[in-house]
Amino acid sequence: MARIVGVDLPKNKRSEIALTYIYGIGRSSARKILDKAGISYDKKVADWSDGEITSIRNILNEGYKVEGELRSMVQLSIKRLMDIGCYRGIRHRLGLPVRGQSTKNNARTRKGKKKTVANKKKATK
Amino acid sequence: MSRSLKKGPFIAYKLEKRIIQMNESNKKSVIKTWSRASMISPDFVGNTIAVHNGNKFIPVYITENMVGHKLGEFAPTRTFRGHAGNKKS
Repeated sequence: MARIVGVDLPKNKRSEIALTYIYGIGRSSARKILDKAGISYDKKVADWSDGEITSIRNILNEGYKVEGELRSMVQLSIKRLMDIGCYRGIRHRLGLPVRGQSTKNNARTRKGKKKTVANKKKATK
Repeated sequence: MSRSLKKGPFIAYKLEKRIIQMNESNKKSVIKTWSRASMISPDFVGNTIAVHNGNKFIPVYITENMVGHKLGEFAPTRTFRGHAGNKKS
């Protein structure tokens, strides 16, 4: 089992995929890292040698922001938007979509689970 | 798509002129503007600009963090007062 920057990588997956289990690494940066380390994309994590693991660690330390550091950076930039009171910051505060999506329907990812409003009583004759 | 770097940021010509004028004379006064699309440049910092929101002018005090945003982002054009029957607010 390879443990890199605090994440256990699944040992039965191809290295290209396994690296994406790290927050901040997607498919394309995973490929770049593997190219740099000289490891085949198809090599299973279990087959990595110790040298290969350290070389991946070094590459990550040098040029990549991952996991906690990246999460806090994202949080900081959201906080900056909220502090200056611009439109995007206000949307973050309200928990609504930030990039101009429609909110008449859907937008459930941002708005969370549906809150049903009780039906208005029909006026009886 | 983002704006071409070749052109530089868009700032309404009149507004830029007035800001520079004010910075030179060291006088602070509120500048009214309709130009919501103007980018906030570092020259603006410390000034108050009244940005039109379609109805009235919203005074915006420019701080350093706001550089690079557009003026309109700080003057919301819609007012949402909550849904009917919603007790909050």
